[in-house]
Amino acid sequence: MRITRVLGAALLALGLAAGPAAADSSPSPSASGDDRAPTRAGTSFRTATEIEQGQQATASGSTGDYLYWSFPADVGQRPTVKATVKLPGTHGSQTWQLDVYDGLRRRQACQYGAQTRTAGQGVPSVELACVLRTVRGWSEPWANDPLPGTYYVRLTVVDLGASDLGQPVSAEVRADSKDIGGAAAVDGSLGKPLVPGVAVKTEERKDGSKPAVLSSFGSDDGWSSGWWSDRWVWTAIGGVLAALAGIGGYALTRGSGRPSRVPPGA
Amino acid sequence: MIRRQRLAAGVCALLAALTAGLAFPAGAVADETGQAAPKVELVLDVSGSMRTRDIDGGTRMAAAKQAFNEVLDATPEEVQLGIRTLGANYRGDDRKEGCKDTERLYPVGPLNRTDAKTAVATLAPTGWTPIGPALLKAADDLNGGAGTRRIVLISDGEDTCQPLDPCVVAREIAAKGIGLTIDTLGLVPDAKTRDQLSCIADATGGTYTSVQHKEELSDRVGQLVDRAADPVVTPVATEGADRCEKAPALKSGLYTDREEFGQERWYKVEVGPGQELRAAVSVADDRTVGPHYGVLLRAVTVHGREIVRGEAAGTGRTDAVSTGLRYPKPDSDDDDATAETVCLQVTNSFSAAAGVKTRPGLPLELTVDVVDGPSGHHDVASFGLGRGWWLLGALVLIGFVAGLLWGWLSRWRVAVWRTN
Repeated sequence: MRITRVLGAALLALGLAAGPAAADSSPSPSASGDDRAPTRAGTSFRTATEIEQGQQATASGSTGDYLYWSFPADVGQRPTVKATVKLPGTHGSQTWQLDVYDGLRRRQACQYGAQTRTAGQGVPSVELACVLRTVRGWSEPWANDPLPGTYYVRLTVVDLGASDLGQPVSAEVRADSKDIGGAAAVDGSLGKPLVPGVAVKTEERKDGSKPAVLSSFGSDDGWSSGWWSDRWVWTAIGGVLAALAGIGGYALTRGSGRPSRVPPGA
Repeated sequence: MIRRQRLAAGVCALLAALTAGLAFPAGAVADETGQAAPKVELVLDVSGSMRTRDIDGGTRMAAAKQAFNEVLDATPEEVQLGIRTLGANYRGDDRKEGCKDTERLYPVGPLNRTDAKTAVATLAPTGWTPIGPALLKAADDLNGGAGTRRIVLISDGEDTCQPLDPCVVAREIAAKGIGLTIDTLGLVPDAKTRDQLSCIADATGGTYTSVQHKEELSDRVGQLVDRAADPVVTPVATEGADRCEKAPALKSGLYTDREEFGQERWYKVEVGPGQELRAAVSVADDRTVGPHYGVLLRAVTVHGREIVRGEAAGTGRTDAVSTGLRYPKPDSDDDDATAETVCLQVTNSFSAAAGVKTRPGLPLELTVDVVDGPSGHHDVASFGLGRGWWLLGALVLIGFVAGLLWGWLSRWRVAVWRTN
């Protein structure tokens, strides 16, 4: 009896320790450092420059350019896109905007963050941010929920004085994500991530080079399979705790030692 | 106890590592070469005004020459570069003659740096500014091949050869569907030059830069030439119909088309059982349009029932407005189930600003992907699993109550057995 109690307590402790810890274990996207971070930006969805999460991409352009980048986001991540635009020395008031689109080129809403900001006359830089919704594993086709796949970032000036057009600016963009984990885990998963051009087979050419693709984030490699979430841990621990509580409840009804009504020596 | 907690921590770490490994998409870096050779033509204004000394103390021409030399040195191997001049030869006052003055200084092809530099060195600012005719000729120079095409126009003044509006010329070149982009650079531009050059750039999806200093010029031109070297997917030109029956059947891929204001375009895609159709469309505004606009993409059955739609609307300055849709066709148990024809309808609600030509239509880009369908969805939560303290509490309570009941039940049974 003593042994079972100790064991029970230990299991309980283990369960309690493992539960929340495992639940919060965030698969934080490894910051891959700034080596080989892109130093240019595309000018359309088709030519968007690909960046990885955690990479600080830079680009120089002109006021009025539409700068495009793309990055991959997987299930359970809540991407945050941040951009800083360094403006020329003298300029009039201008408004900059950061838009995020998903792999289907649908505009994605920002939960919070200054997506649009106006820089007054002569202000040296503008900082923009957009916190997307959590990427779900599955959603109904009629919904606009963020799904795993390619995300496009478009940075541009939306309001400016005519004389500011074409002035040199430089921009920095970075996409990071917070892992929301099992709290956002849904049932079902996409057959392929929402990567544009994923259905077009890219065959290697004779000289071993690959033809250009719309988005190179791939169809199978590295994407979450969708079956794992920390809900397994929670549910398993719940089951174990329920069993232990069951044993505890049962033990209570038995009392300790021999029943008092039974006379000694019976 | 401590050892056990360590064990727990270890398990957690392992789990975390596992989750991280599963959740983080593998590094993917675009590395495609071997695309058909990209072609770039630099079009340089050599009109009389290039003599003006206002770029870092030197003439505009000197700045342009220096920039060209630097760019020629840094041009990537695979890029086929050509140079065309405008206003380089005719000194007279006859407008008609002056407006024909555009010359191919160096043909588009594999670059011989020495030859190209020698050719540039001979230039002296001379004549008129026939931007429109020069663009037309430059587009001809770039004809052929499957690579990307880019014209980089460097000018310091507006076109002096009206009524041929270079902006309209640029739009017509873009409408040929040869995937040509015109980037423009204005040297110390005045308001009119700026408007014209930015209009040319907008008409073809290019960029406009205003240049005040020498380095800006060489940096920017170099950047644009490098950009041409980036391999990109070349879209396939298609022409949508005005209704579904006549619509072209599309397979997975990237397509371009033109859509006039208020026009509707229809396309057809075959979607088999268990497959998912993904379509994304963007309509670009390559001219001055009204400030409020939108695009609607509908997936419709052949019988006219709407399956799903994607819609987007916006306001203010933009290069394009885009939307997309997904249509997963349910898997069928019937082996003979045939593919369904899904009609895609694209409409836009751009409005042309007053005095703007409405033809050719706005550039439309459509991506179609037919992929495996999603796996089943039966519950809001992942496999119906739960999480959180309430779940643990509920399970513990239920377990405890079940244990108690079981205990009482067995005691009661023992008591009954004893009395018998």
